[in-house]
Amino acid sequence: MIAEANPALILILGAVLIPFLPYRWRGVYMLLLPPLACANLLMLPNGSFGHIQLFSLPLTTIRIDALSRFFASGFLIAAELGVIYAFHLKDRVQQVAGLVYAGSALGAIFAGDLLTLFLFWELISLASVVLIFASGNRRSYRAGMRYLVSQLGSGILLLFGTLLHYRATGSLEFAWIELGSAGAWLIFLAFGIKCAFPLLHAWLEDAYPEATVTGAVFLSVFTTKVAVYALARGFAGTEILVPIGAVMTIFPIFYAVIENDLRRVLAYSLNNQLGFMVVGIGLGTSLSLNGAVAHAFADIVFKSLLFMSMGAVLFRVGTVKATELGGLYKSMPWTTGFCLIGAASISAFPLFSGFVTKSMVIAAAMDGGHFWIWIALLFASAGVFHHAGIKIPYFAFFAHDSGKRCQEAPLNMLIAMAISAALCIGIGSFPGQFYALLPFKAEFQPYRIDHVTAQIQLLFWSALAFTLLIRSRIYPPELASTNLDFDWFYRRLGRAVAVSTGRCADRLWITVRRAAFEQTSRALQQLLARYGSKGIPAPHTSSMVFWATLMLAALLLLSYL
Amino acid sequence: MNGANPENSNDKIYWLDVPTNVDRLVRGFYAVCALLLLIDLLVPKHGAFAIEHVFGFYAFFGFVACVTLVLVAKQLRRILMRPERYYDR
Repeated sequence: MIAEANPALILILGAVLIPFLPYRWRGVYMLLLPPLACANLLMLPNGSFGHIQLFSLPLTTIRIDALSRFFASGFLIAAELGVIYAFHLKDRVQQVAGLVYAGSALGAIFAGDLLTLFLFWELISLASVVLIFASGNRRSYRAGMRYLVSQLGSGILLLFGTLLHYRATGSLEFAWIELGSAGAWLIFLAFGIKCAFPLLHAWLEDAYPEATVTGAVFLSVFTTKVAVYALARGFAGTEILVPIGAVMTIFPIFYAVIENDLRRVLAYSLNNQLGFMVVGIGLGTSLSLNGAVAHAFADIVFKSLLFMSMGAVLFRVGTVKATELGGLYKSMPWTTGFCLIGAASISAFPLFSGFVTKSMVIAAAMDGGHFWIWIALLFASAGVFHHAGIKIPYFAFFAHDSGKRCQEAPLNMLIAMAISAALCIGIGSFPGQFYALLPFKAEFQPYRIDHVTAQIQLLFWSALAFTLLIRSRIYPPELASTNLDFDWFYRRLGRAVAVSTGRCADRLWITVRRAAFEQTSRALQQLLARYGSKGIPAPHTSSMVFWATLMLAALLLLSYL
Repeated sequence: MNGANPENSNDKIYWLDVPTNVDRLVRGFYAVCALLLLIDLLVPKHGAFAIEHVFGFYAFFGFVACVTLVLVAKQLRRILMRPERYYDR
């Protein structure tokens, strides 16, 4: 029955045909796939479908309820926008990978059991890494390999967690999991890696900025939001998520201030936005959960919009280093405008999407009386405006004129950015319709006079701080640099330990080999001196021959090692 | 690459290229900030925490937060900053 087809498979199997189509038809064909999957999703009622048996394990490949439907809608919109943005692309490998990636993310959202989740979890990693490799340089290759190790590692933890969980509970169903057993902790850790929890986060800032222009747009949407969905489904109300999320909102913004690569700044701000969602999931009230998933949806749109605008800069200018940019508003006025809308949305300006979604999480923290969490979120809100809202557009498009002149972004990119920008304003200005789609029941009114003025005061005075610091030249200048993050521990320390361990082992082996060689030759010489042609006749010739042969063989072997 | 000097290039001169215009813009922005602080006196507050009722709390919080953020980040560079090709060696 067509209605029971998995929308994820429409994208994945549909993508397989792409390489066989001529270039002219490929773009249009790809544009049709997400709407087709969307139509299929609309036809499916809520419930469980696609039951299959795998080695006597019952799997539920499609589970549709308000939560999965909400995330799936966001993913399909993002996939369509990504396809429009990448319409000019001729690289079939990226085209296939992009849609398989989107499809597998969709499959993970629909997974009704942990084993199906695991399968799509790994497919996400494999498809997405292609978008990093596709940059085709040494940096992206290495970053991609590190990304792959972290992502597949997360998958292995998920698999082991699932097996332990199955043994403990006898069920594979992907539902709420109590954080107590070893299996639950492994699953939690697997989700935590993909969600870029503090100390597990470095893969994100490491790999995303190395992806291709269009690849980064896809990456910014799916991997981390699948993790947010998985946490919302499996660990809603798990208290430890609240402090984890609060730390996540704060520490990346310090890095974002001093980072020079503007796509890496966006990666840090993605990490920071995920923190808000994690706090919302941890608080576990219907308001905070609504806030978390609504903010995930808003973030899908405004973060991909920001990655699109920086991608357009990279596409036209060939760099997104703040030190080399500036004054691009003259060449790319439309891109500048769309970037500013994305910046206003992520900064949660009233009338833009971030305002109506992030406020729910902050209000939920206030309702729960979590004073310090509230302070942390407020600090992070000011900080995100500072680095994503001001720094990104300021250093790319304004600041001092770099003298660089280029063409405006291609039409397909502008269309994708325009639709994203319209969505940002639509969600922010007409939150009623958007709230109606949210999976939980909660009343929230973002446009109260005190709330709106508080937010505007917070943002304007943050901007005032930026202005004064820039004009007094206290603001740290952009510098071509690398800032050490947690990945240093495996890229430098880990490698240094591995290399020196290897050297020690090597040296030890050489010593042992030399000693063994010398001992054997000495024994052989003694034997020769005693029983050789000039020596006495051996008492047991056969055993003498045996030992001499053995020692010669050992000598031969040692000389080969 | 041309320098920042608009006279040297064939570009038209944009409104933002004129320093006095930028100054005008910034002065206008300062005025808006001051106005926003004064509005605080008029808005009835319903916040859950007592600190929200302090005059200009959100404005001052945003300002102090950003200054702290930038100054701390600037110091962090001493510990964290390495040459651009640090990992490529």
